[in-house]
Amino acid sequence: MLNIKARILTLAGLALSILMVPVAASAAENWGKYEVGDRRSGYTYAAVETRDMQDDDFSNPAIIWLDQGEAMWSKTEGEAGKSCMSCHLDAAKSMKGVGTVYPKYDFKTKKLISLEQRINRCRTDNMKAKAWKFDSSQMLSTMIYVRNQSFGMPMNVAIDGNAAPFFAKGEKFFNQRRGQLDLSCKNCHEDNPGKMARANLLSQGQSNGFPTYRLKWQKPGSIHRRFSGCNKNVRAKPYGRGADEYNNLELYVAWRGRGLPVETPAVRN
Amino acid sequence: MVRKIEMQPVNRRDMMKIVGAGAITGVIAGLLPNLAQADAASAEAAVKKAAGGKTLADGKITLDLPQIAENGNTVPIGFEVESPMSDSDYVKTVHIFADKNPEPDVAVFHFTPSSGRAKASTRMRMAKTQNVIAVAEMSNGTVYMAKSEVKVTIGGCGG
Amino acid sequence: MAKAKARVKVPKKVKKGEVFEVKTLISHKMESGQRKDKKTGKKIPRLIINKFACSYNGKDVFTSDWYPAISANPYTAFYVKADASGSLDMTWTDDSGAVFKKSAKIKVS
Repeated sequence: MLNIKARILTLAGLALSILMVPVAASAAENWGKYEVGDRRSGYTYAAVETRDMQDDDFSNPAIIWLDQGEAMWSKTEGEAGKSCMSCHLDAAKSMKGVGTVYPKYDFKTKKLISLEQRINRCRTDNMKAKAWKFDSSQMLSTMIYVRNQSFGMPMNVAIDGNAAPFFAKGEKFFNQRRGQLDLSCKNCHEDNPGKMARANLLSQGQSNGFPTYRLKWQKPGSIHRRFSGCNKNVRAKPYGRGADEYNNLELYVAWRGRGLPVETPAVRN
Repeated sequence: MVRKIEMQPVNRRDMMKIVGAGAITGVIAGLLPNLAQADAASAEAAVKKAAGGKTLADGKITLDLPQIAENGNTVPIGFEVESPMSDSDYVKTVHIFADKNPEPDVAVFHFTPSSGRAKASTRMRMAKTQNVIAVAEMSNGTVYMAKSEVKVTIGGCGG
Repeated sequence: MAKAKARVKVPKKVKKGEVFEVKTLISHKMESGQRKDKKTGKKIPRLIINKFACSYNGKDVFTSDWYPAISANPYTAFYVKADASGSLDMTWTDDSGAVFKKSAKIKVS
């Protein structure tokens, strides 16, 4: 005797399997740096117009936030009378590589810390300034500016030593079914990249371009925002920005993209 | 081996969401809140007005648009109108319309002989699959028209 | 002056008579007037940039009228024929009357 929940799940599962039609489109090309082994950047799943938008140094819509991040680098804020530049001097030197290693294990909190949280710690502890929300225009601008200093460098997060247990939790989250649609990240992004889910082409769900300008958002957004949206799409309750679950997931996702170049700020659908 | 499944009440709204996930694209579009739509008549009227009552000729305009838009809210559009762009013979105005948007008008571009080329590009919003129509008005009063269909789909789990 | 950020790109040097491309980008929500506030259910009022003008050494060479169908963070590119060295001044005006400006110098040989 089928109860309602089972019936819904069967219907949803059936609907999704019907709608996941294989699409040959992006398979055959030579993607250069955007492909490392079997790992492919979201760039390779985007339409040519979207890729052109990202590649245009002038008119990538997220460039506005990059410019803003650059301006804010030297802006004094907080009671200590400092700016990022006061300690970190030239971002091109001091921030080079930073965008490739977060999230990482933090000795102070004894768990993972995301780059946004690291920036906030600098603000609250060293600048005596207010912390920024993950998707505030100030945090997005600074994140984009900082991560952009590693543009083109391969993603290289540590998953061993102290980070190992958190990596394991992130891997578990990625593979765990959730929500009314009972889907895991794996179901779409590992089992079906390159196939259509309704009218969207599924990618591998890589994080190397974040914060990314999503055409859907009409502005850049953090990876945690994306996780939250994906969770809501399967009718699961999302976690908050900076939640341990999302930091752990972000580490796992970053590891999945190891070797892919930092593309911040990327443009995606 | 039967997996034990708990009985859980599902309210009608959630049921609609789940059933909706399997529904065809067109149905979802129909459920979108109150999107007013330019009917064919209002777009036609806007085109006629731009033509100033004159007969629209074919040719001279090249419209650059994708066949399928990755996302309807940012569709790159470019166009060029053939013209010497001299003081006596140049393109005065180019009107762009979208025939199934809430309003048909997209933009009006005003050129001068100092433009050098009657060529411009921008990014536009498209509510659904429809035609993008360009109407060019020359300095000598003649008017030309071109149109191109762009497919716009409702997303999937990209949301 | 209002808060939007704008960028303008022109070639560094051009020859007289040469037709060159000008690219512009400005941050602006371009609130179409179609969206509804999720909490109140009321329509969010329209607030878009409705006019763009490029003047070359004080004279308008290219202008356009924009409607809500222009995307957020509007990008526009167009062409100008090089005449004398000087300034290309961009002006964006929105529904609230706010005016945003950005200029670029052009060197004509």
